[in-house]
Parts: sequence; C-alpha cells; structure tokens
Amino acid sequence: MAEVKDIVQNKPVEKIYSTLNLGPTHPATHGIFQNILKMDGEIVMDAESTVGYIHRAFEKIAEHRPYNQITPLTDRLNYCSSPINNLGWHMTVEKLIKAEIPKRVQYLRIIIMELSRIADHLVCNSVIGVDTGAMTGFLYVFQYREKIYEIFEEICGARLTTNIGRIGGFERNWSPTVWKKLDEVLEVLPKGLREFENLLTRNRIFIDRVSGCGPISAEKALSYSFTGPNLRAAGVDYDVRVANPYSSYEEFDFKIPVGTTGDTYDRFMVREQEMWESISIIRQAIEKVKKEPADIFHGKVPEFYLPDKEDVYNKMEALIYHFKIVMGEMDVPVGEVYHAVEGGNGELGFYLVSDGGRNPYRLHFRRPCFIYYQAYPEMIKGGMLSDAILTMSSMNVIAGELDA
Amino acid sequence: MADVLNTLNEKLKTKFGSDILSAEQLFDFPVFTVKKEKILEIIKTLKEEEGFNFLTDLTGTHYPDNKGQELGVIYHLHDMPGNRRIRLKTYASLADPKVLSLTGLFPGANWMERETFDFYGVLFTGHPNLKRILNMDEMNYFPMRREYPMEDAKRDDKDNSMFGR
Repeated sequence: MAEVKDIVQNKPVEKIYSTLNLGPTHPATHGIFQNILKMDGEIVMDAESTVGYIHRAFEKIAEHRPYNQITPLTDRLNYCSSPINNLGWHMTVEKLIKAEIPKRVQYLRIIIMELSRIADHLVCNSVIGVDTGAMTGFLYVFQYREKIYEIFEEICGARLTTNIGRIGGFERNWSPTVWKKLDEVLEVLPKGLREFENLLTRNRIFIDRVSGCGPISAEKALSYSFTGPNLRAAGVDYDVRVANPYSSYEEFDFKIPVGTTGDTYDRFMVREQEMWESISIIRQAIEKVKKEPADIFHGKVPEFYLPDKEDVYNKMEALIYHFKIVMGEMDVPVGEVYHAVEGGNGELGFYLVSDGGRNPYRLHFRRPCFIYYQAYPEMIKGGMLSDAILTMSSMNVIAGELDA
Repeated sequence: MADVLNTLNEKLKTKFGSDILSAEQLFDFPVFTVKKEKILEIIKTLKEEEGFNFLTDLTGTHYPDNKGQELGVIYHLHDMPGNRRIRLKTYASLADPKVLSLTGLFPGANWMERETFDFYGVLFTGHPNLKRILNMDEMNYFPMRREYPMEDAKRDDKDNSMFGR
C-alpha cells in the first residue's frame, strides 16, 4: 500500500488523450465536416474544425456573372431552404436599383420563404430525432417536406436548387394548382407536425437525451455572432423579420419563440414553434393575397425583368430590354448595399458593391452557418462524443452554406 | 437614419478627430471610413459606449487602382437594442497589409478574419490562429484579388469577345 502511495505522490500519472478524426465524410455528420477531437475516453476535451471541403468560390464566380445569373449560385448556399437565398438576393438587387415591388409579389414571396423555412426546420428537427435514435419522426415528416417541394416544383420547375423568382417578381403567375397544393399542405402539415411533436417534445427519453446537450449562453452566442434559431434558443429575441422588416413582414402578426439555456432541446423547441408561426404567417399571407389584384406577379422594372415574349416580337423597347437582359448588359447603378433576410439558420446577408458594370464589383454572402460553426468546439468541450454529433445536427450546419 | 449618422459622426469626431476620414449615408447604412491604426480603438469605443455589441459581418475587398490603399476591410456592426446598423471601412496597402484584429473584442471575428486573410491576404495582427480556412494550405496566392482571372487566361477554346467578358 505504501508503495502505491509513493508512486502516486512522487510521479503524477500522466493523462493519456486519444485523437479521433471525425469526418470529413461520416454518416453521422450529415455533410462534409471534419473535426479532429482530443478525447479522454468518451469525453471530448478539445476539437479542431476544418472546413472548406466543398468550397466552390461563389464570391469569385459572382464577380464574373451578370446579376440574373447569380441567383443559381445563391440557392447552392443553404440548399435546405434555397428559395430564401434566391429571394434574398433578388431583394438585394431591388434595393440597389430602388425597384418598387407590388404588395402581391411581396406576399407571394413571404409564402415561399415561410414554406422553405418549414422545410428547413423539418429536416433539422427530424434529424435531431435520427441522431438520438428515433428514426420514425424523420420518415414521417419527410412526406410533408415532399409536399412543400411539390409546390416549389409547380411554381418554378425545380425542387432543391430552385432558382425561384426573378429580379422584380416571379417569372410567371402562380397556377391554380399551386393554390390547391398550398391549401392541401396547410391542411395536412399541422396534423403531421402535431403527430411529430407527440413523438418527441414531451417524450421523457428524448428530453433526458437532449436537454443540457451542447448549451451556449446568450452572452457567448452574441459574442460569436450567432443569429437565427440558435441565438433565439439562447434567449435573445433577435429576428431580422422583426428588427429590419423586408417584403412587408411588418404587416404580419407573429411571435418570436425564444429559449433559455441554448441547449439542443431549446434549439429543437424554437424551431418547432417557428414552424407553427410560419404556418400562421402563410395563412395571413394567403388572406392578404386575395385582396390584391390577381394578375400582378412582378414589379415594373423593365431593365431587369424579362418582357413578355409577345411584346418582344411586336415592341421595339421590349426587344431591346430582352436583348440587354439576356446578354447581361443591364444598366446597374453604382452603389453598395447590405441586405439581410432571416434565412433558415439566421441572418443571411448580401453585401453588394456595384461599380456600374455588368457584374458586381464585390459580392459577399454573410452566411450564418460559417459564423456560428466556429463556436462548435467550445460547445462540445467536456461533453460526450455522442453529444457532439447531436450538437452539430441541432445547430443545423449546412455544408453548402458553410463553405460557399 | 440620417440621425444615426450625424450623432455618431459627432461623437466619433470629438473623440478621434481626423482619424475619421469620411462619413456618408449609403442607402440604409451610415458608413464611416477610418484610419486603420485606429480601427480597434474605434470599434471598442462603439462597442462599449454606443452599444454596438454585435459584429454582423467582416469582409475584405480589393481596389487595385486605389494606390497605397488597395485592400479594404469592411465591418458591419449592429446595436441590437437600439436597432442601429453601421458599416466601417478601413484601407491598407498591399505592401503593408496589416490591420488590427478584432478577436479580442468579438470571438466571432476569428473565422471571418481568417476568411478575409485567405482570400485577400489581409494580415490581422493579434489574431490567435491566422491561417487559411476555405482554401488549401499550400496555396501561395490570394485568389479574390482582382488580378487573378477566374478562368485560365491561356484557354483558347472559348471566344467570349462578343459578350463583354
């Protein structure tokens, strides 16, 4: 006994840490993320994130593209809610060219953006379920996401990388099928969402698993420039839709759900509540659209919005505009704007500098994922490895948005 | 909006005088151009005295014709309770691309500064871990600078001369 005491006292036992390479391609990380973890048994002591595996140089490409051709780049940022990115970009350009957008178009945009927010949050929340071992919810809610994607498909022809809308409005008016499908979604989605919540929100096993997992305080979250549901889960009621309303959000009545501890359960609940708010916003928007003239689907911005094909053949001005737009020779004013929208993950900002040329002089995307993912090592430190996986999926880090 | 510009301009002018090079209103943003030596001090003042406690964005830009001030660093700050947003700009030369780092004030500036370094080569003094973030470590140039063409200039299979490219 004395010998053991002697060893312990004189020679401190050296702690041995193991290094674990999590990623870049790992089925549990839902994307290309690499983290080199320093582990003490199953406890994460430190982590180093490596990003950039799917960097596609969008900011550089955008400096070589006319304004209309940048839209397809934006929907590859956060591909879970690409319409928000598309419309955010259109609104940025409209701010620069000082375009007046009719109310009906603004409401249609709100419907699209809220639908994609629901689709985004459905993926995130159901994947939290998958990572805790509850596959069922995921399989059930994906049919509602599918129905939302069918609406996008009906409006613009694409599902995931939507390229929805144009600078000035939408490329064509919404068909009666869209409205029918929208009503259908609004009928089945609340039921499905309720069912999903019954599975998880008050489930003792789920609560025990996720509460206290990957928490972050409001102060830390602010200092790390968190935005969106992750910031709100920490208890800060910041939402771009309320702070700097765009597209007539100020006319809508909705609540901003906030959490208290910023852990995975709070993030889950904030997203869950936001989906209910989104459903209510869509209902309000549909009512508002009904009061507007039904044939308006774009603003009067002839320099940017493609004219009717009929007019192109018969009118001189329309032909000239058509040619200029297709060749990307629109007259863009000199200036610099920053426009932010509330994306699925937070404040999605576009900083655009125009020197009057056919391409932006500089376009920077403020990508919420990229900014808040840097707090990830701090959030998982001291927790278990399985909590690290859960924290990542509850932060909803989207590889496309992370790497741009 | 213009009130924000005027009140802030007055306060900054009394404290920093000629270090504030210009103040203007661009769309909905008051924009201040400041000397790069003072950027940290000014942002610290704004954070502690004016409540701009949220760094929305930090990015770079490159103006090759702006001799001596080629590289720009652009900061977007947000005062959430007062809902005021401002933009600060500072310029550094290619020969001496050193700008003070904000990581001490905002931990969130860490990756944004790494990204700016990665693409424009702005050296942020005081940054704890200034290395490339999105590009590979072996890269020996800064790809977002204007002199780097997007496509290989030696390509001869494309003729875009008609299209202004």
